[in-house]
Amino acid sequence: MEKARVLVVDDEKEFVDLFVNRFNKRNVLALGAGSGPEALKTLQTEPVDVVVLDLKMPGMDGIETLKEIKKRHPLVEVIMLTGHGSVEAGLQGMGHGAYDFIMKPFNIEDLLVRINKARERKALNEKRQA
Amino acid sequence: MDTQGYGRLRRKIMTVTLVFSLVPLFALGFFVHLQFSKTYHEKIIRNLERAVDNRQKALDIFLDERVSQLKSLAYTHSYQQLSDPAQLNAIFNVVQTNSKSYVDMGVIDQNGEHVAYVGPFSLKRVNYKDEPWFHETMLKGQYVSDVFMGFRKFPHFIIAVMRREGDRTWILRATIDSEAFSSLVRGIHTGELGDAYLVNTEGVLQTPSRLAGPVMTKLSMPLPSPATAGNKDGTVIEERPVKDRTMIVGMAWLQRVPWLLVIMEDPKEELSALVRAQSIAAAMVAGGILLIITGAALTARSIINKLIKADREKAALDASLMQSSKMAALGKLAAGVAHEVNNPLTLIRESAGWIKDLLVDEDPEKMLHLEEIDVAANKIEMHVDRAKAVTHRMLGFGRRMEPMQENVSLNLLTDQTLKFLESEALHRNIEIIKRLDESIPNTTTDMAQIQQVILNILDNAIDAVGSNGAITVSTGKAEDGREIYVAIADTGCGIPKEKLNTIFDPFFTTKKVGEGTGLGLAICYGILEKLGGRVEVQSEEGKGSTFTIFLPVV
Repeated sequence: MEKARVLVVDDEKEFVDLFVNRFNKRNVLALGAGSGPEALKTLQTEPVDVVVLDLKMPGMDGIETLKEIKKRHPLVEVIMLTGHGSVEAGLQGMGHGAYDFIMKPFNIEDLLVRINKARERKALNEKRQA
Repeated sequence: MDTQGYGRLRRKIMTVTLVFSLVPLFALGFFVHLQFSKTYHEKIIRNLERAVDNRQKALDIFLDERVSQLKSLAYTHSYQQLSDPAQLNAIFNVVQTNSKSYVDMGVIDQNGEHVAYVGPFSLKRVNYKDEPWFHETMLKGQYVSDVFMGFRKFPHFIIAVMRREGDRTWILRATIDSEAFSSLVRGIHTGELGDAYLVNTEGVLQTPSRLAGPVMTKLSMPLPSPATAGNKDGTVIEERPVKDRTMIVGMAWLQRVPWLLVIMEDPKEELSALVRAQSIAAAMVAGGILLIITGAALTARSIINKLIKADREKAALDASLMQSSKMAALGKLAAGVAHEVNNPLTLIRESAGWIKDLLVDEDPEKMLHLEEIDVAANKIEMHVDRAKAVTHRMLGFGRRMEPMQENVSLNLLTDQTLKFLESEALHRNIEIIKRLDESIPNTTTDMAQIQQVILNILDNAIDAVGSNGAITVSTGKAEDGREIYVAIADTGCGIPKEKLNTIFDPFFTTKKVGEGTGLGLAICYGILEKLGGRVEVQSEEGKGSTFTIFLPVV
């Protein structure tokens, strides 16, 4: 199986950088984006399996970005990242088509498991469409 | 309001009530008393007036009768007939059969010679020529004397009538039994303290007086003018002091003789009925006052008690409102802080993770402190996890989540929750005593959240006991039947009194740094508030604490 392609979207650049570095080290092709619009732009050119999307961002927030992603790239799976600790926000995201949500600070191995599962689902959906 | 304030208010209510009820009562009592005594006084005076009037008339009639009787005798009999002692005796006896008013009777000729006499005294042949009454009679034709001693040396008075028979003038004279006359004056005394007597123009007693003395005593009291005699309303009523008493005195001049009839009455005696009535009224007023005072006191007390109760309820409500608004504010603050802290925590954790990732690639030979760096990175991760536990609990505390609505058996829930901690309790040699009331109804609430509350409190109980002790868990129904409860009593260290108010505040903890977040009870409080329940604490330092969780039955 080829490497999972993951796009992480967060307004905090340091976090995005760390995330990209760490996932690249774990046999994942990770890309980063600093905002919703930037993520959408990346998605137009790069094939991405899973988007890890921060819920709270200035400007276009997580939910709006999620809606837009789901509209333009329905097959791309999204995992919401929330620092709010509230299940509500996570559930709201899931209501808009997110695959899962995870609370900050997270365990990287745990997130990796979820990413892989999301990617499997995406593969399944692609197969069904084909 | 403090105790003093309540006391003041109570006194104020009492005073107002008493003034408004006692003043009319007193006014009414005083008015009734005034009217009653006035009426009674008037009645006494009218009675006295009538008595004086009647007595005066009776006396006048008595004297008139005597005079006319003597006149009849004198004019129906000749001098010859009456100067014969035997005949005079016979006539005297006939007169006396009707009334024993006379003591004796005599005939006196124009020279003052006592020619005939019937009576108990030996007055025959006494000459009255120089006596003042003799001249009066000869002058006026008839005469009623004042009381005098006369020849008999005994107080008496006489009635004399004169007849001219041809060229002879003679006088028929009779002595009035002063005893009979006096009794007529005295009549029926109105009371034991009253008095009645006759007095002449010089103030000399004509009949004995009980208070002033025997007959012939000279009185010093002022007499009303004799000019009033003969007037229709000749009766004079006045009050005057007699022997350190105030008497009501009624006076009237007789019409036949210049004698003043005096009748005295002691108003105190006459008023005894009034006094009795007044003392009954006074007793009733006193009873009324007592009743009013009792009523006012009871009313004031009941008002104050209601006020105290209302104030207490208000204070309790204020306190609970303050507590819940404090909780809401702290919840928001906690959630905000946690959220802001979470992002840097994530970065710290990821950075440490990155270090660990990178260390994997390093050559252990070339790196001097590789192992130590790895340990340090692990420690960073570990402590971030600790911080994460805090922030997640803070977020949990601040979260306003819609509670679930499930049918919950509190007994079952308690039982299940106890299972989580059984091994821990066993390990610490803590006995768990269950006293579950099987009759309590189920309620609708959020099972998971209630479990969290029970778990938190049980956890605290185990920590409070430490080891070797007991925890008693009991369930039951509250007294009013609208709540069920689970009570968790431990034999632990207890909570100092001054800390009881703060144990539900967030971040209040007695545990060592790192062992507790101080959020457990705050979360419990928040959960119960959201679910319509409440939690109560009783604690005695050194003996243990009891936390009772109340849930509404719905």
